[in-house]
Amino acid sequence: MSVLTRDTVGRAGDRSAPGGAAPYRRRGWWTTRRRDQLAGLLFVAPQLAGSVLFVLIPLGLVVWYSLHEWNVLAGTFEFVGPGNYQALAEDPNLPSVLRVTALFSIGLVVFNLSLALLLAVLLNQRLRGTVVFRTLFFSPVVVSLVAWTIVWGFLLQDDGGVNGALGTIGVDGPNWLRGDWTALLSVIVVQVVKNVGLNMVLFLAALQGVPAELYEAARVEGASAWTRFRRITVPLISPTILLTSIITVVGSLQVFAQIAVLTQGGPGTSTTVLVYYLYQRAFQFHQFGYGATLSVLLFLIVLVLTVVQWRMRRRWVFHEQ
Amino acid sequence: MRNRLTAVVALTALLGLTACGGDSAESDGPVTLRMTTWSANEAHLKLFNEIAAEYAATNPDVAGITFDPIPFESYTTTLTTQIAGGNPPDLAWVLENSAPDFVTSGALVPLDDTLKSTEGYGFDELAPAATKLWQADGKLFAYPFSTSPFGVFVNTDLVTAAGAQSPAEMIAAGQWTWQNALATAKAVQAETGKAGLVVRDFDYKGWDFLSTVWTGWGAQAWSEDGRTCGFNSAEMVEAMTVLHRGIFVDKALPGPGTTADFFAGDAGMTITQISRASLLDGQKFGWDLVPLPAGPKGEYAVIGQGGMGVLKQGRNAEAAADFLAYLTNPANSAKLAQFFPPPRTSLLTAETLAKTNPLLSPEQLQEVVIDGIAEGVVKPSHTGQAELNQAVRAALDPLWRPDADVRGVLDGVCTAITPLLAK
Repeated sequence: MSVLTRDTVGRAGDRSAPGGAAPYRRRGWWTTRRRDQLAGLLFVAPQLAGSVLFVLIPLGLVVWYSLHEWNVLAGTFEFVGPGNYQALAEDPNLPSVLRVTALFSIGLVVFNLSLALLLAVLLNQRLRGTVVFRTLFFSPVVVSLVAWTIVWGFLLQDDGGVNGALGTIGVDGPNWLRGDWTALLSVIVVQVVKNVGLNMVLFLAALQGVPAELYEAARVEGASAWTRFRRITVPLISPTILLTSIITVVGSLQVFAQIAVLTQGGPGTSTTVLVYYLYQRAFQFHQFGYGATLSVLLFLIVLVLTVVQWRMRRRWVFHEQ
Repeated sequence: MRNRLTAVVALTALLGLTACGGDSAESDGPVTLRMTTWSANEAHLKLFNEIAAEYAATNPDVAGITFDPIPFESYTTTLTTQIAGGNPPDLAWVLENSAPDFVTSGALVPLDDTLKSTEGYGFDELAPAATKLWQADGKLFAYPFSTSPFGVFVNTDLVTAAGAQSPAEMIAAGQWTWQNALATAKAVQAETGKAGLVVRDFDYKGWDFLSTVWTGWGAQAWSEDGRTCGFNSAEMVEAMTVLHRGIFVDKALPGPGTTADFFAGDAGMTITQISRASLLDGQKFGWDLVPLPAGPKGEYAVIGQGGMGVLKQGRNAEAAADFLAYLTNPANSAKLAQFFPPPRTSLLTAETLAKTNPLLSPEQLQEVVIDGIAEGVVKPSHTGQAELNQAVRAALDPLWRPDADVRGVLDGVCTAITPLLAK
């Protein structure tokens, strides 16, 4: 680690020009250091303004709203302090919502990452036609999410395309979107097929960065394909695994459109994930204060999960060791 | 230093935001009013625009009125989001199922004074059955511009093809009952492969549309005072058992996850509001419109309503109320009656309605519309309807399986909604 801190760099800079020190001192407040700082600030200002305007202020407002009871129809906005947080602790629906959210996220992350890695390894071979398949698996990523979900909604109907296809091989498919566990499974699969291409491309890029010599050396030493994958590929692409898992976990916690289009949280409450529940409370039941409280909860969950993943990187990301 | 600058940037941005979010200053010039609707029907908008243009021509304070259609499915959600976002419309259509929320919350401006003081308005001829839902503390908070009974549209070609008895024949013989209606629906499904009977907009989510069925058994979602759950009453269990058998045993109604559009010729019969008759314009198949079949409790009617109100949080409430009085005066009500059955008793005659509803015969208008409005039960609504809607939908979901325990599921609905009804 470098021993030069920002201040020592600054002072070193001032001292390094003995001839010019006098005129600068005469200018007093307007030193080189201040000028550089201003230039730096001007460079980051657009990004800073954007973050403040569109991230920090809304974030602060959400916390502020969560301390209020906001009845949109009546136009009332009353301070209730921790009232909404107490309601959160006592909300009888919350355990079920958190359980569904956890099931959804775990299912999505495991399914998405393993499929993406499998596809990436398969498509990393120098074979004819891989470009076609790469394009094929990536194309859903660029399709509009809602259009994609609506089409799947038709396919997953009782008499839809999926069951039609299953029927041709003699399987009597279930009514996918109406069964408790099949509905959740359907939403996960629809989401995985939509986004697996993105993780696949990231993995492909990482795989192509693994030096071929390592594999050659391992092969000479007699390592099996599985050992080469476990001992060379996985450690060397572990930064990408970390990145994709963070993106996928955060994305899975924010799933909304698929639920809204496919199941509206049903049947029962079997697909009511946290974001959809938040939407119901805030926008359908007009409880904006409580909705804000739920989004604070969501923010904390995402924050904690991301921090945990980030902390764990030292343990399993190769380059961090 | 850096921290201080960050704070300054943040503060400046905050001030900028506050400036943008603040009420734009009341301008002295003419205002433009905005009304949200759930109809994007061109003919509806054309009529509204014509009336608005006439109004603007004689009222220099109002430059014009824009009609802002919002999709029906997300109507109330979008409307409340606009209000929350500080962009409330001046006038809004309100669905009957959110009427109690809008009427009791103080979101709307009371209209009595404006309407009564409008010359020639005829406030007293508004039918009490139509205005009941829109009143609180003796004040009218929205004008029920559409009081539309549910009826059964019949695809006579499909019924004939199935060799089944047609509803018209059954009515003539005094046998138009749910039992016979389901038998015809079952025959249509079995013989033609098309759907038998579709309760439109229900789709195993919009459960309140099933009130068009269970009212025939004398069942109700909750008691008149809104305090007692009615889902586990003997009448409701019986009605739902018949419906369940119709769906899963006789296939008289399409099952969950199957879509069939009557107006595209995919179903033998559909239960919907008569205001949907316009969808039949130019249809290739033969059709008929009949009242709802009689249930064990005899003949009955169910009505759906739409109200128009002035939002208190809108910027031009006074001008908006004045426009509402103009839009719903006797002359304009007569024009609107071609699309929306009016609450004015003077207009509720078969002759008047026939002039503007060329698709329907005088008998159909009398039997379905006029009698329906006079006797109709309004679809269920309650304060906190959205939350109740969601709770009932979730608790009813287990019913839509072939092996469901009807009684057990309905008990479950009451367990789920009783705390909400007590609120």
